[in-house]
Amino acid sequence: MTVCNHSDENPFQPEAARIVRQYDLIEDHRFFQVRFLDMERAMTFTYNPGQFLMLSIPGVGEAPFSISSTPSRPGILELGIRRMGKVTEALFNKSDNDVVYIRGPYGNGFNLDQMRGKDILIVAGGLGVIPLRSILYYVLDNRDQFERLFFLYGVRTPEEMLFRTEFFQLKERHDIECLYTVDKATTEWSEDVGVVTKLFTKLPEIDPHQTNAVICGPPVMYKYVIQELLKLKLPKNQIQMTLERRMKCGLGKCGHCALDHIYTCMDGPVFTYWDTLHFRELI
Amino acid sequence: MRILKMQPKFFQEFIESLNKFGTIYGPVKKDGVLKYDRVEAFDEVVFDGERPMIPIKKLFHPKKFDMFHFDKDGFTPDYSSIEKRVIIGVPPCEIHSLLRLDEIFMERPVDPYYAKQRENSAIIGYSCLPGESCFCKSTGTDIVEEGFDLFFVNLGKFYLVWVGSSLGHDMVLEREDYFDENVTHNDIEEYIDWRQARDKMFKASFDFKSMPDIMELSYNSPIWDYFADKCLSCGQCSMVCPTCNCYTVTDVLEVSPDTKGRRERYWDSCMFVDYSLVAGGHNFRGARADRLKLWYTHKLKAYANEYGKPACIGCGRCVRTCPVDINVLTVAQALTEMEVPAQ
Ligand SMILES: Cc1cc2nc3c(=O)[nH]c(=O)nc-3n(C[C@H](O)[C@H](O)[C@H](O)COP(=O)(O)OP(=O)(O)OC[C@H]3O[C@@H](n4cnc5c(N)ncnc54)[C@H](O)[C@@H]3O)c2cc1C
Ligand code: SF4
Ligand code: SF4
Ligand code: FES
Repeated sequence: MTVCNHSDENPFQPEAARIVRQYDLIEDHRFFQVRFLDMERAMTFTYNPGQFLMLSIPGVGEAPFSISSTPSRPGILELGIRRMGKVTEALFNKSDNDVVYIRGPYGNGFNLDQMRGKDILIVAGGLGVIPLRSILYYVLDNRDQFERLFFLYGVRTPEEMLFRTEFFQLKERHDIECLYTVDKATTEWSEDVGVVTKLFTKLPEIDPHQTNAVICGPPVMYKYVIQELLKLKLPKNQIQMTLERRMKCGLGKCGHCALDHIYTCMDGPVFTYWDTLHFRELI
Repeated sequence: MRILKMQPKFFQEFIESLNKFGTIYGPVKKDGVLKYDRVEAFDEVVFDGERPMIPIKKLFHPKKFDMFHFDKDGFTPDYSSIEKRVIIGVPPCEIHSLLRLDEIFMERPVDPYYAKQRENSAIIGYSCLPGESCFCKSTGTDIVEEGFDLFFVNLGKFYLVWVGSSLGHDMVLEREDYFDENVTHNDIEEYIDWRQARDKMFKASFDFKSMPDIMELSYNSPIWDYFADKCLSCGQCSMVCPTCNCYTVTDVLEVSPDTKGRRERYWDSCMFVDYSLVAGGHNFRGARADRLKLWYTHKLKAYANEYGKPACIGCGRCVRTCPVDINVLTVAQALTEMEVPAQ
């Protein structure tokens, strides 16, 4: 098989990657590890937590997905995919060793410079944990660059918790505080019950100027989480969130993700709360 | 800039001589329809006068083309439609529209399809006189200073020819004896008179400069609902607008036992209802008023923040095309006066 790597010449060029491993996270949500066929490309491909890539299945189409792995562990890219439509359905039908095509990375990613030396508060709801998992492991892999780390994750029911085994193992570490909650404990559940904002009552005292929060979750979640963060007096530009828009190119050309004069694919998908006040329509 | 003079009797021969530099394209009338296309015969070309409904963007950002072919070995880019071209008869507003599109497609990362078309196309501009719905004077796009290789101003008795690039210079060198270096004071006066007469011919105009502020201040105005109620979401305004760049992409499979096919790219419109739809059926812009706002924000405001000038180049195509009279002039007027147009 020939490997095309024209990405310098043609930024739309999808490059071949192999599915190394895959397993179901929960119903209709699957975890994928992929690696570029070109080994050198695989090892040199780098990105920021919070960036995304475009994944193609020839004949089916292309769609954007967040990178869920961390650049501190190069070689393999990890994705968490929800079965939604054409591309995702076709991806679910792939087996280990099958080839898919990717291009990227795209978007801005989280503002790491602003986060270094600070306490980090990661707040995830449902699927939103997929992009946040990247920053979570990035902070854990570069632990000395950050102060305290809090990871708050809420889902509707215990069956809907993604990366369950992994995240429960994290609870055993002493350099991270993990707080998990479900709206409703339909099955056995040892953690909190209630909406994710309830977890804020469990946080120790926080110095708002020394804290950076990153949020991702369903649209309804943002409002309530932001209220809590504002109560803690976090500056509006120290609240980062990753947003979703329809995207076709990822490169600021097709116009699909435009709002006001920004392109979500280039200027986002990570925005600060201040940005959302400044640009209407963002959330 | 180098300015030369040419007698009208040389014009056709000179234009025909340009095929040495590439296939000649221009506004041609075929079967009663005026469109930018290959020039087969000089007398099909319509210099100044009626304007093609579909703007020149189609030669650089085609309505539909194949980005890639794919098979079991992956995706191979298709640049087969790219050829050396000389595009003649291009009016100032269209030249401006290409400069606007450049800012989207030629900004890093460069779109190779558009860039290759641009690099392989010479632009031969041609002066025009404003039609009923032209308002390029309001948008500051009625004259050009860059973006062409040669520009012909038709002053009746003779042409003034601006040489805008080294390629343009080479074109002139090929037929040096057609050109006169000696542009006299009288010639310049004729040109100034022509400019003044042309300035007076504009019938449509509006105050473009205050639009970014007005747009910002009228974000919640009921005027948007008034227009939204009328809009048919047909997307024609986007198709005819020379600075609308939106597109979408689909894979098309060939009828074959193997996975083989092509990845097509074609024009899309932010006026279509599913344009901003994301997974889960959450539509950020389900309301027609919001889609109209996005369109007009792009034309009258957004672009100004980004590049210092709005995206509208005053060609008047939206004025001529929208079946329910939603266009830059009616929208700008309604927002400025805060009154819905009289029926
Ligand atoms: C920056 C970014 C990051 C993302 N990260 C992830 C991620 O990590 N994991 C993940 O699972 N998803 C992620 N998504 C969402 C993901 O891109 C979509 O779920 C994906 O595009 C679905 O593609 P599809 O071809 O499977 O679905 P499609 O076939 O496109 O359909 C998806 C759904 O959208 C609707 N829809 C789409 N197109 C139309 C149409 N033309 N008309 C009517 N309805 C339509 C339908 O409701 C359909 O169910 C991300 C999106 C963005 C923008
Ligand atoms: S908005 Fe209307 S007048 Fe302005 S460039 Fe587009 S079609 Fe022409
Ligand atoms: S504004 Fe006019 S041309 Fe544009 S979509 Fe609406 S009805 Fe169609
Ligand atoms: S996805 Fe095409 S412009 Fe952002």
